[in-house]
Amino acid sequence: MTVATPSSGPSGRILGPFGSGVGDMRQSFWPVVTILGLLLVLWYGAAIWLNAAWTYDKATRSGATVTATSLVADTWAQKKPKLPAPHQVAVEIWETTVLKKVSSKRSLVYHSWVTLSATLLGFGMGTLLGTLLAVGIVFNRTMDMSVMPWVIASQTIPILAIAPMIIVVLNAVGVSGLLPKAMISMYLSFFPVVVGMVKGLRSPDQIQLDQMKTWYASASQTFWKLRLPASMPYFFTSLKIAMAASLVGAIVGELPTGAVAGLGARLLAGSYYGQTIQIWSALIMAAALAAALVGIIGLVQRVTLRRMGMAS
Amino acid sequence: MRPLPVISAKNLSLTFETNDGPVQALKNVSLDIEKGDFVSFIGPSGCGKTTFLRCMADLEQPTDGAIQVNGVTPAQARMARAYGYVFQAAGLYPWRTIGGNIRLPLEIMGYSKAEQVSRVGRVLELVELAGFERKFPWQLSGGMQQRASIARALAFDADILLMDEPFGALDEIVRDYLNEQLLRLWARTGKTIAFVTHSIPEAVYLSTKIVVMSPRPGRISDVITSPLPKERPLEIRETPEFLEIAHRVREGLRSGHRDE
Repeated sequence: MTVATPSSGPSGRILGPFGSGVGDMRQSFWPVVTILGLLLVLWYGAAIWLNAAWTYDKATRSGATVTATSLVADTWAQKKPKLPAPHQVAVEIWETTVLKKVSSKRSLVYHSWVTLSATLLGFGMGTLLGTLLAVGIVFNRTMDMSVMPWVIASQTIPILAIAPMIIVVLNAVGVSGLLPKAMISMYLSFFPVVVGMVKGLRSPDQIQLDQMKTWYASASQTFWKLRLPASMPYFFTSLKIAMAASLVGAIVGELPTGAVAGLGARLLAGSYYGQTIQIWSALIMAAALAAALVGIIGLVQRVTLRRMGMAS
Repeated sequence: MRPLPVISAKNLSLTFETNDGPVQALKNVSLDIEKGDFVSFIGPSGCGKTTFLRCMADLEQPTDGAIQVNGVTPAQARMARAYGYVFQAAGLYPWRTIGGNIRLPLEIMGYSKAEQVSRVGRVLELVELAGFERKFPWQLSGGMQQRASIARALAFDADILLMDEPFGALDEIVRDYLNEQLLRLWARTGKTIAFVTHSIPEAVYLSTKIVVMSPRPGRISDVITSPLPKERPLEIRETPEFLEIAHRVREGLRSGHRDE
């Protein structure tokens, strides 16, 4: 495997606006492992510190004495700890993914799928809506003046405030299940796509636009042959942000409805019953899901841009 | 009767409205360019030479006077794809190969696939870039990129070539080479060329007609018809005739400055 150095191209080389950090896995291996190790040490330490009170409480009631060893052993193995130890979360994830049938209501894979389907649907709708709005904004001066302020205003409303409204209103007109959650995902994910695509579609310089004019190109030719390909690096970066936002949207969408399925429902149920281990495993699952989804987009980005000759 | 001039400007004026008030980029410019001419426009920054070229290309609209290209308005000439325009920067698309970049105007103008292939091959030959068709722009040097952009402007059947300081960003050696190539290309294709430049030797070496312009307001201060033969080796730049024309151009530029 060769290590790509972004600056090695000839001077005339045009890289995307966002460096592609490809192929430096070997360089980043030890730093990543070090940071991960450090986090685990901090986490175990914090677990002792936060859970100690309950251990001492129990000991006082039963009249037992707490030694250093028994303190550590107890704080890392409580049933409802303030902060579960990493291995407790790992065991919980193992038991609820590998050891449970996928169709089971207690399977984390099942709940992840429920959230994932809403995420992907919302992401798809958000990307479509965002791209259409961006095209309108770039090609229509009236839309440029009128739509953009609304797009920005839409994101200043706290999603937690508007999510229940969307669910209740859609329920009232008979829409329930996947779609209301996907709508909330869309609400969060169209924004980065609009902003990124407006910038991307406007990225061709004046010379390139003048060239098109000298060839008497139509507006649609200018769009398909110049503006759209030029926007691709911006598009993929927007997609990564949109995907993460979409997942947050789907989880938030599961909270106010008292949903019975999905990662959001697991978080909610966990907090009702003080099941901190369940909360943490759902959180870790959500993070892993987001990392995987963004990673897939990164892969598609690399392949596409390389084919277009726009990446190393 | 003389044939109609390819480009004809009469009392052309153009005023830009800027935040600092109006700026007169061109004032009463009149000029005829005959078929097969190689006309250079030379002058300091702000003399309106690029603006004049952009008026011919319908990229700027004159505020007063008249201009005709091939006997029609610049807008009609642009719609008829009567000219190829070479910009200061090559402006190649990074996501298209050299061949793909040259094919771009042909795609836009609706040439058939077979025609596109044969034309791309022919113009690459013409600018001596055969074999680079599948390379991406970043794999080529600046001089080669600019040659590719000239090939792109030659790919369709335009009799007029408008060039806006195409070699301005290149070093002296590459520039000499490209100037020589451009003259050969002009002799082979018989196109009418309007060429904007900052360089006196470049203007004198290339042109049949040199238009000296001066700034504020942009206007023509001298038009020199070159007595040099059509066949011009690089060494011609050391002959007394060449130096004499260069001297006259320099005088023209200086007088333009004295007016201020």
